[in-house]
Amino acid sequence: MLKILKYSFYDLMRSRWSYVYFLFYLALGFVLLFLNNDVSKAVITLMNVIIVLVPLIGTIFGVMYYYNSKEFTELLLAQPIKRSSIFLGQYFGVAGSLTLSLVLGLGIPFVLYGLLKSDAIFDFTLLLVTGAFLTMIFTGLAFNIALSNENKIKGFGYAVLVWLFLAVVYDGLFLMSLIIFEEYPLDGFSLAATMFNPIDLSRTLILLKLDISALLGYTGAVFKQFFGTNSGLIISILMLSLWTVLPIWRLTFMAKRKDF
Amino acid sequence: MTNLRGTLGALFLFITYFLSANTITVCASCEVKTIKKGILIASDFDTLLIKEGTYKEFNILVNKPLTLLGENFPVIDGEEQGEIIRIASDNVTIDGLFIINVGTSYTSDYAAIRVVKSENFLIQNVVLEKLFFGIYLEKSNNGKVYHNKIIGDAVDEYNSGNGIQLWYSKNVEVDRNIVQGVRDGIYLEFSDNITINNNQSTDNLRYGLHFMFSNDDVYTNNTFENNGAGVAVMFSKRIKMHNNVFRKNWGTAAFGMLLKEINDAEISDNTFEENTIGINIEGSNRIVYKNNSFIKNGWAVKVLGACYTNTFTNNNFLHNSFDISYNSKMNDNVFDQNYWSDYTGYDLDKNGIGDVPYRPVKLFSYIVNRTPETIVLLRSLFMDIIDFSEKVSPVFTPDNLLDANPLMKRMK
Amino acid sequence: MIQVETLYKKFGKNEVLTGLDLHIQEGGIFAILGPNGSGKTTLIKAILGMVIPNKGKIAVLGKAVKNQWKYRHEIEYLPQIANFPGNLKVKELIRMIKDLRQKSSEEDKLVSMFGLEPFLDKKLATLSGGTKQKVNIVLTFMFDSPLIILDEPTTGLDPAALIRLKELIQKEKEKGKTILVTSHIMQFVEEVADEIVYLLEGKIYFKGSISELLEKTEQSDFEHAIAAITSPMSNA
Repeated sequence: MLKILKYSFYDLMRSRWSYVYFLFYLALGFVLLFLNNDVSKAVITLMNVIIVLVPLIGTIFGVMYYYNSKEFTELLLAQPIKRSSIFLGQYFGVAGSLTLSLVLGLGIPFVLYGLLKSDAIFDFTLLLVTGAFLTMIFTGLAFNIALSNENKIKGFGYAVLVWLFLAVVYDGLFLMSLIIFEEYPLDGFSLAATMFNPIDLSRTLILLKLDISALLGYTGAVFKQFFGTNSGLIISILMLSLWTVLPIWRLTFMAKRKDF
Repeated sequence: MTNLRGTLGALFLFITYFLSANTITVCASCEVKTIKKGILIASDFDTLLIKEGTYKEFNILVNKPLTLLGENFPVIDGEEQGEIIRIASDNVTIDGLFIINVGTSYTSDYAAIRVVKSENFLIQNVVLEKLFFGIYLEKSNNGKVYHNKIIGDAVDEYNSGNGIQLWYSKNVEVDRNIVQGVRDGIYLEFSDNITINNNQSTDNLRYGLHFMFSNDDVYTNNTFENNGAGVAVMFSKRIKMHNNVFRKNWGTAAFGMLLKEINDAEISDNTFEENTIGINIEGSNRIVYKNNSFIKNGWAVKVLGACYTNTFTNNNFLHNSFDISYNSKMNDNVFDQNYWSDYTGYDLDKNGIGDVPYRPVKLFSYIVNRTPETIVLLRSLFMDIIDFSEKVSPVFTPDNLLDANPLMKRMK
Repeated sequence: MIQVETLYKKFGKNEVLTGLDLHIQEGGIFAILGPNGSGKTTLIKAILGMVIPNKGKIAVLGKAVKNQWKYRHEIEYLPQIANFPGNLKVKELIRMIKDLRQKSSEEDKLVSMFGLEPFLDKKLATLSGGTKQKVNIVLTFMFDSPLIILDEPTTGLDPAALIRLKELIQKEKEKGKTILVTSHIMQFVEEVADEIVYLLEGKIYFKGSISELLEKTEQSDFEHAIAAITSPMSNA
């Protein structure tokens, strides 16, 4: 698997898109920090970017890479290599290179700005960790979708729909159900609903840092337990890990059964 | 001649009596072993020099103008029997004592030091621990409470007392005290013309500072941190609040400052940082908010009920989850020339004022007021979208609630 | 060498292999023929483990291949369409495959045989179809494995390269290797194949030597024999 990972990774590191992605984040980081001069504001803007854009890019890039590397995959399948290794290697290659672009692209301007000495370092690290998680999760989902759909256009369509659903529609439905059932105690429900969407989960993780003052204004005991102690952080990270592992697990499962 | 001598003698006695008043030393190995004894034998304007040591005494009544001066912080241990020192005379000074173990009672408010109907008192450099009430001023005017340290260990509101309490007292100065771990750090009831400066009131169960029915008071340069709630100003008039810091007052009903039925107050140059609610305003009118900074609060300003003719100018609103929250559609307050970190407008004529008005009330804050659980959707893309549409054409938020001249740079 | 027993495979509703049995002994060149869509490529891919059969057993070198991958060390495969990762250079591709297989190889000889030296530093995406096919051949023949599977090896080759390919195949055969080949060029098949395996409707319709085929179809010409192979059945 490591060999495949290596080749996928090199392959991607050389592709134009990795650079575009990397340069985009680099530019974003510089613009936010040096035109704004306000680290807190930069972190908030970055958060918005990370929870919306990173999943989108992860999805599209994942699907694109899968379809584009079909030949490579077929070449490898005839080689004495375990099937799951091929797909995992490719997956980690894509997810790894995207994560690297993200971390370096945002990290470089922040380091140059002198973030290592500022107190925003923890917020910022959390952002990057969340971004990495989201990249892994959505690349994984994209691979799953692509693997299940021979048709490129269909695969792309589904991938974008999944992103749209998790990024926007889910929250709309979530909000509506909260308003409809407002007479009932909903704190348990709302936390559970958050767990089922990796974007909401990441957002919660960041809220724990940025908006803890507001979150503690709510009376529910479940909320208090979740937001007021470290359990929120721990549970969120565990759930994100689960969200990362599930698509990977399904990927290996699917890979074993697919014809090429 | 004899007559003259007699007169001179009398004058001399009189002068020594007043100017070179005696010093009575109290210590374990001295002639005077207890403070009570010292007070008993002391004449007016004497000084009781209390040496280092532990004095197990309570109900010490200071009923003549004396100075109780501690050397190296002698400990007065009340052994939880009740009140420790009661001042019932004008011109009393208490300085440098370490008072512990005040009795707790559900019927009487035992205090470490209680001043009753006395004037010109000075209480300074006193350390209080294991207390019920700390310094209790009752109908006592023109005094000073300076540089004391009150460290409580209160757990529940119902059986704890306040650090410094003023009741029907006027013209008192409360300066440079440290109060923590009590119910209310500083509590004022029916007390006018009080100045409260440079105090640090932290980790208290209820309020850092609490006003009830007290008018014309000023408090400046104080720090209120991590209290149940920062400062509550209720049913009072003409209070001036300047240069204070309100930090980390977190919780369900926690706020940096609560204003309830307050009129004609001035609130300027304060910093509200990381509170669940920066300022909670209920039924308060004609208040001027100027040059304050609201940083990273859940709600910077939450307006409930009827509040009229308040003005907010030159304030900084930085990275609050919600800048302003209203529960009604009506607005009679003015927001002008504030800096809002969420402002995304532009300044084409470069006059430092944004060319598009800023609307500080988000639709989402209404939704959260209605269904509090929706707070988990804070900063989601969906909410941003509906907030944006509300911003473009206000339906739920008061449409005159806007800052027509938002600043492009934050106020220094 | 290869045992295939009652192999079934369908893609959706389309049944491609319906109970196919095939035994291929060691040594020799076997041409797998059949009309379009008869399941040639599917059979080959099933042997390679790229297509998972619905039913049936496949064993290569005496070992079942299901969920295995190590047996592919013993197989060289030349895929039908030479699609390679476009942004790799030829040199890198060769190096990568060598790296993946960890086996001794003789790519230099093959590269010069097909005159690929000028292309070594070019990206695969820039190569013509014929050149890609030459690269494909190099990758296949550079290792020394007992089983070689060639899916349409002649596609896009110029006559000179075709001659070299035939020589190559003969040389490998002489080493005692087993070679499976599919092709639509009957002339090529006639020249190289020792035995014909004819697939029809998901089954082996004919298996035997060319002379046996000519005899059976009563044709004198191989190409006609292949064309005629189905007609008696449709008459029957």
